[in-house]
Amino acid sequence: MPRNSKDDTHTIAVLVENKFGVLAKVASLFSARGYNIDSLCVGVTQDPSVSRITLVTRGDEKVLEQIRKHLSKLIDTFKVMDMGESDSVEREMILIKISAPKAARPEIFQIIDVFRGRVVDVSTDTITVEVTGDEGKIHAILNLLQPFGIKEIARTGKVALTRGAKTLKGAKN
Amino acid sequence: MELNGSQILIEELKAAGIEMAFGIPGGAIMPFYDELMKSDFPHILTRHEQGAAHMADGYARVSGKVAIVVTTSGPGATNLITGLANAQMDSVPLIAITGQVATNMIGTDAFQEADMYGCSIPVTKFNWLIKDVNEIQHVTREAIRVATTGRPGPVLIDFPKDIQITKTEYTPRESAESPLPAIREYPELDTEGIDKLLEAIERAKRPVIIGGAGIIKSGASTELVKFAKAAGIPVINTLLGLGGFPGTDDLFLGMPGMHGTAYANFALCECDLLINLGARFDDRVTGKVSSFCPNATIAHVDIDDAEIDKRVHTHIPILGNVRDVLIALNERLTPRDYDEWRQTWTDWKENYPLQYDWDGSIKPQYVIDQIQEITEGNGIYVTGVGQHQMWAAQFIRFNEPKTWVTSGGLGTMGFGLPAAIGAKFARPEKDVWLIDGDGSFAMTLVELATAATYNVPVKVAILNNAYLGMVRQWQELFFEKRYSHSHYPENPDFAAIAEGYGVKGINVTDVNEVRNSLETAAEHDGPVVLNFLVNKEENVWPMVPAGAGNDEMQLAPPSREAKS
Repeated sequence: MPRNSKDDTHTIAVLVENKFGVLAKVASLFSARGYNIDSLCVGVTQDPSVSRITLVTRGDEKVLEQIRKHLSKLIDTFKVMDMGESDSVEREMILIKISAPKAARPEIFQIIDVFRGRVVDVSTDTITVEVTGDEGKIHAILNLLQPFGIKEIARTGKVALTRGAKTLKGAKN
Repeated sequence: MELNGSQILIEELKAAGIEMAFGIPGGAIMPFYDELMKSDFPHILTRHEQGAAHMADGYARVSGKVAIVVTTSGPGATNLITGLANAQMDSVPLIAITGQVATNMIGTDAFQEADMYGCSIPVTKFNWLIKDVNEIQHVTREAIRVATTGRPGPVLIDFPKDIQITKTEYTPRESAESPLPAIREYPELDTEGIDKLLEAIERAKRPVIIGGAGIIKSGASTELVKFAKAAGIPVINTLLGLGGFPGTDDLFLGMPGMHGTAYANFALCECDLLINLGARFDDRVTGKVSSFCPNATIAHVDIDDAEIDKRVHTHIPILGNVRDVLIALNERLTPRDYDEWRQTWTDWKENYPLQYDWDGSIKPQYVIDQIQEITEGNGIYVTGVGQHQMWAAQFIRFNEPKTWVTSGGLGTMGFGLPAAIGAKFARPEKDVWLIDGDGSFAMTLVELATAATYNVPVKVAILNNAYLGMVRQWQELFFEKRYSHSHYPENPDFAAIAEGYGVKGINVTDVNEVRNSLETAAEHDGPVVLNFLVNKEENVWPMVPAGAGNDEMQLAPPSREAKS
């Protein structure tokens, strides 16, 4: 699925050495070629010496091929995968701070409920909600909450795993 | 045994057979320099760090061996950037070791601090900042491996001052394990691609080979000659591939692209099979991609996957070491010939030779011709960047690989003199000729002091037209002769400058003195600068205008009388 719908957006997972400077090299690779990163998510894997970078970028087949090859060429890289090439699950988490006067709260709670979001903070004027889902779901709840007044959002960027037993194994072992 | 960080680095370099350093000391690298001296590590003291990098570059191009470049932190290190970028673009191995402020000072804007790790990411194949003395053994081995294997390139080790003197227990190891997995040193032979290429050769009527730097770097020249001769296929060499195929061979079509030979460009336009062996389809070669080899099946052999399909769509991609692929091809090729095609390109060679006219002034091409004659193509030829470089590439007929040292991808003016000095250190038995322009030469001429100090007998021929000649040529052709800031009317007396450095200098103003002066230079026991005041407005022909297709090549005005 992450061969994301309408446009030429791609979700790419990269396993790299978990050490300083590696992210700078990945970012440099994109900036040197004028490619944009829409979202970027980095975290350590079950092997503490390996980090997983999930990034979302755009480009036609030719650009994607170059991105894939250059990521593979980075000496810190163990493995690169375009998540769109196999069936995979993708999730993003978003925190949304909405202005929520008393009168509007029932309706807001209803929307949050439908989207299986969680209220994580409440103040006299605002509610902060946590929602996890794929791009479509995040987009939808943002649309619905828009009229109430979104004061601030924070998004994690996308993470993705292939479905089933298949894994993105690093060549490390 | 207990050694400090500097000693460990030096031990590891020596163990790998690295035996040459170029550089300049300064505050943050002094402990390392102290150990260099104590260990008798050969080191050439240059006058500018850029010069040191280009020397290591020239040294590597002719010897295939890697040298280290040593600088201090901050400005000493940032002065390397051009040299690293140049080596990166042309896939030349070198190892830069830059001093860095002490680890507890990093990030405080300390005196002479620059983020060299960050600065060098885009201009190196890989880089390291050493933060622990116990990493040095491993990092040095990785640095050597990364620089010299696969597609070679420059690497940089940023070496903080405190770590240079920190002691630790050191055990020389036979082989260090490597956790870095991604270096594909020698990809497995792509037999399927080779099958397809052999079939394409069977079917082809007008095949052409284009040989790039990959021929030189993988040591594939002999295999290429064998292959081309058995298959009867003509060979084009890119700027960096020159020397990969004998320049005097009938099958040789010269250089392609912007200032290539007419017959090379005709062949590219007409061929039905293009066999690219280790060239990267640079824009100066292809011209407008949509009209590049319009009728050809394109096969591309490259060691770097990221080069395949980058600019030109490839029908037969073969990932691999060019030499390995050629050996496999030679084992299976059925000897053949393409008579009709041979007649066609032979006629082109006959009818559209490289030429220049003869008007009593010193023609730059004539000087190059004469250098070619007195060295019989057996010298090492080094250039700066510009018109003189293109003329040298056109008119010198190379007999063997690794005798041509030129800045291709980055087009670095000022590359010539330091690169020539590095080349001479690597191959002292060879005559090293630098063909330079006055603009290029002036950028790094301070290294004449290095040539004088170490008595490096490089022979410099400046083709001095008092212009940034290639800029002037473009202004003449594309900017209606508005010569905006490309003229150096008050050029210095380069011969006097040379003498000031303790180098023999000769100004040559008369065409009848050209040959004599070259012979004098060749016989002189030491470096020489010949300052040829050449025809100021000579242009490089043929020319494919930037952005145009190779089919839009302009030949020299045909009215000119050729001097053959």
